[in-house]
Order: sequence, then C-alpha cells, then structure tokens
Amino acid sequence: MKKFINNVDDFLKESLSGFGKAHSDIIKVNFEPNFISRKTKTKEGKVSLISGGGSGHEPMHGGFVGHGMLDAACPGFVFSAPTPDQMQAAAEHVDSGAGVLFIVKNYSGDIMNFQMGAEMYSGKNDSIITNDDVAVEDSTFTTGRRGVAATVLVEKIVGSLAENGGSLEECKKLGEKVNKNSGTMGVAFTSCTVPAAGKPTFDIGNDEMEFGVGIHGEPGRKREKIQPSKKIVNNMLEAILDDLKLQKNEKTLLFINGMGGTPLTELYLVYDDACEILKSKGIEITRSLVGNYCTSLEMQGASVTLLKCDEEILKNWDAPVHTAAMRWGM
Amino acid sequence: MSVSFLISQAKNIQIVIDENAAEIEALDQNIGDGDHIFNVQRGLKLVVELENDIKNLPLQKGLNMIAMKVLSGIGGSSGALFGTFFMSMAKTPDLDKNIDFNKACEMVITGINAMKERGKADIGEKTMMDVLIPVSEKLNELKSSNADMKEGLSEIIKIAEDRMLSTKDMLATKGRASFLGERAKGHIDPGARSSQLIIDTICKSLINK
Repeated sequence: MKKFINNVDDFLKESLSGFGKAHSDIIKVNFEPNFISRKTKTKEGKVSLISGGGSGHEPMHGGFVGHGMLDAACPGFVFSAPTPDQMQAAAEHVDSGAGVLFIVKNYSGDIMNFQMGAEMYSGKNDSIITNDDVAVEDSTFTTGRRGVAATVLVEKIVGSLAENGGSLEECKKLGEKVNKNSGTMGVAFTSCTVPAAGKPTFDIGNDEMEFGVGIHGEPGRKREKIQPSKKIVNNMLEAILDDLKLQKNEKTLLFINGMGGTPLTELYLVYDDACEILKSKGIEITRSLVGNYCTSLEMQGASVTLLKCDEEILKNWDAPVHTAAMRWGM
Repeated sequence: MSVSFLISQAKNIQIVIDENAAEIEALDQNIGDGDHIFNVQRGLKLVVELENDIKNLPLQKGLNMIAMKVLSGIGGSSGALFGTFFMSMAKTPDLDKNIDFNKACEMVITGINAMKERGKADIGEKTMMDVLIPVSEKLNELKSSNADMKEGLSEIIKIAEDRMLSTKDMLATKGRASFLGERAKGHIDPGARSSQLIIDTICKSLINK
C-alpha cells in the first residue's frame, strides 16, 4: 500500500484536522464526536441539513458543508457508517429551532446509525434516503438500491431551498423528488485500498472493468473486458434511461463523477461521449457537473448521473453555494 | 452472569476473532466492502479496554456502558447492531437479582430480538441474523425446559455452524434478480461467520467450565 499515512489509526483524525485548517473560512471540525459544521451559526428559522457516511468519498460530505448546502456532516471511519452520537451532537449543534433533515445514502449501516441518532435527538427531525444507483436492486449491503452520486445533487438542491426558508416538509419533499428523478451508473477500472486493510478491496485484471460498481468497490452487475469509452458510456446511459424512462426533449442535468483515480481529462471525454449519445436520443442537457465529488478513495473509474429537471429543481440548482468543494454565485 | 464474566468472554472472543480475521476479511471482500472484520475487532478492543472502568459495576450499568462504547466506537452496521444488542440486554427486568441460566437466556433473546428489529432482517437474507435467530429460538426452548445445559449448549454450537454454512448459497436460492445475487453465491456471509465464532467461543467456555 502506497499512501500518505503516518499511522493508520490516526488517518481520519489527521485528514479531518487538515480539512479544518484548509477551509477555516467556511467550516469548523469538531472532534469526539466527529462532525463538520459551518463556521457560522444556522440562522433562525432555517431548516438544518445534516448528512454523513463513511469517509473515503471526499469531498462528500464534509466538502458540501457551507452556505446553500449542508449545515453539518458526520464522517465515519473509511467506508464505515458514522455512529449515532455523532448525528445527535451535530443536530444539537446546528438546529436553530426549525428542525433537522438527515440526508442518508441507502446503505444498511448508514440507515441504522442515522435512525438511532434521530431517535436519540429530541428536536424535530426527519430523514430522506437516497437510492439512485440503477446497477443493482439488492446488494449485499443494502435492501433496495444503493445511494450514490445523486446524493450530491440532493444536498445542493435541497440546501438551496432550506437556505431560502423552505420548511422541513418542503425540503423533504424536494429531496425525494430529486432522488426519484435521478439515476446513476458506475464503472471501475481498478480497486481501492482501505487504509486499515492495507490491500486492494478486490482483484481486477489489467484489461477488465467492473460494470455497475458501488462506491466502496462492492460488486456491480458484471465483470467485463474494457471497451472504448463510447461503448462503456452508452451502456451506462442505457441502464439509466431504462430506469428513468425519460421522454424526448426532457431537460436533464448531466453529472460525470470521478471515483478518485481518474483524471479530469478522461471525465471530460466521458462527458463528450455522453452528450453525443443523449443528443442522438433527443434528450436535452440543460445543466452539467463534471469532477470528483463522490469518490471511492483512489479507485479509477467514473459514474454517470442523469437528473430529470423541472423549474423548481433548476432554480435551486442555480442558487448560490459556497462550500469547500462547490462554489458559485457568491 | 456478571460484568467480569462479559469481559472475560470478550477476551476469549478477541483471540478467536483475531485468529480468523484473514478469513472473515476475505469473505467480506468477495461480496461486500471489507469493513466488517475491522469493526468487530475495534469493538472487542474497546470492550476489553473498559475492564477497569466497569468491572465492579452492577450488571445493568455495565451493559449500558458497553452498549454506549460499542455504539459510539465501532460504526458501520456492526456498531448499530451490537450496540442495540447490549442496550436491550440491559433492559431485561430484574438484572439486580442473581442471574441464572434461564435469565441469561432471556437476556440474549431480548438482545437478538432487538437486533432483528433494528436491522429489519430475517432468516434467509444472508446476514448474521441467519445464525442469531435460530440460536435465539433454541435458547427459548432450553429456557423453558429442564434439559441439560451442557447438552443444550452443544446443540447451539451445531445450530450456529449449520446456519453459518447455509448462508453460502443463500442469494441464489432466494432468487434475487440482480447479477450480484448470482455472483454472491458460494460465499459465506462474513457477519454470519463472525457471529458463529462468537457463539462457539462462549458456548465452549461454558461447557468446559
């Protein structure tokens, strides 16, 4: 294993400490229990959004804490769900009285720990579960579909509504709409190495790819020989379009997400392929996002997410955001 | 049952889990994301480290402290499930009285029921519940009978092992439509394996007492 590590046990603590120092203008890192919150207090009457999950997906979720997005994020150990006391402490810290909305990816560990955290928190709260991955219906770690890259879009879009005074019920409703309107499909070329494990999570041949991979390197639909990008992207899009049942001329947001080890150069090539394919099917791309947002450590690969957009979604997508990983309009 | 009994069991389990860590990790990497063994090892370490703080405490208090430690220190599914297990055990009535075998059975059954509720998993879903639920059912049977305790424990060892092995072909028989379902076939569930090792260790230590 070749990584920037001093001591495996200090890996998360040191990374969080660096994150806190690098973005001290936006966020604050609290240790034991670990959570990242905005530097400023939640304004009165604003619904607080809290997300979290295992670490190793950076910038998700800590990189999305800030104006127009999350109020707090709870990082677990690498690829392990955070613990209920983190969610409870984060909620107590950020809730300004308008309630807390937990945004949870559909993984069993996350669901259980967030549920317990919500039970332990005495204030008003509710949760949305994201499950945008069209690759598998049931994985060994979920019941139903996995929650992956579209979680980024949910956090951005609901974050804007919360910032502009949306109620807990309205925020939940919009989040569920964004989740329902999106589909994601991922492909991996290489594995990733969890620091505590010290060796790659799975073996994969030099000429192979895992089609439908999850964000922890867990298996997807099938193992295949690698193909030209256009072919891969076409297969990914077909799986998504099949699921979303998009109509001709429908407006979409196209999100090409890197898994951590694939350069932006390739991600833009993927974007180009996706544009061409979607154009041939008469589907309109009205917004775009390209980059490493929901990663799997150093895994090489990418996921494609399509989000069906209406006016409400577009308006909240365009609204100003200022976080460590996403910033526009301010 | 007492707090020191729990600590000494945790120490025994720690040795067995460490011996089998590579196997469990490999099982998890075949079908999962590979964090299970680290979570179990971290949890055991935390419980063993609690020894000096809790060894003289009454059982209910000790169990609650173990529950909070496990809940806040492990993470993942294992943390939530094992935390729930200890928290619910602590809620069993009359823990301030002498804990005999029947009472201990009742505690474990209460704990496993709560895990089932928390994880919303039942038998046949390729999880640790495939081992724990049948064990809990057997404990319930033993509790209300006058059967020989050691014989009963030997039966539990056998049940846990059979049920752990039965997870191997489970996804295929359940007919899940996904390709992953087919691909997971032939691998024992890592949570079922670690649970079986824990049960095996506790039962053997009680039989040999």
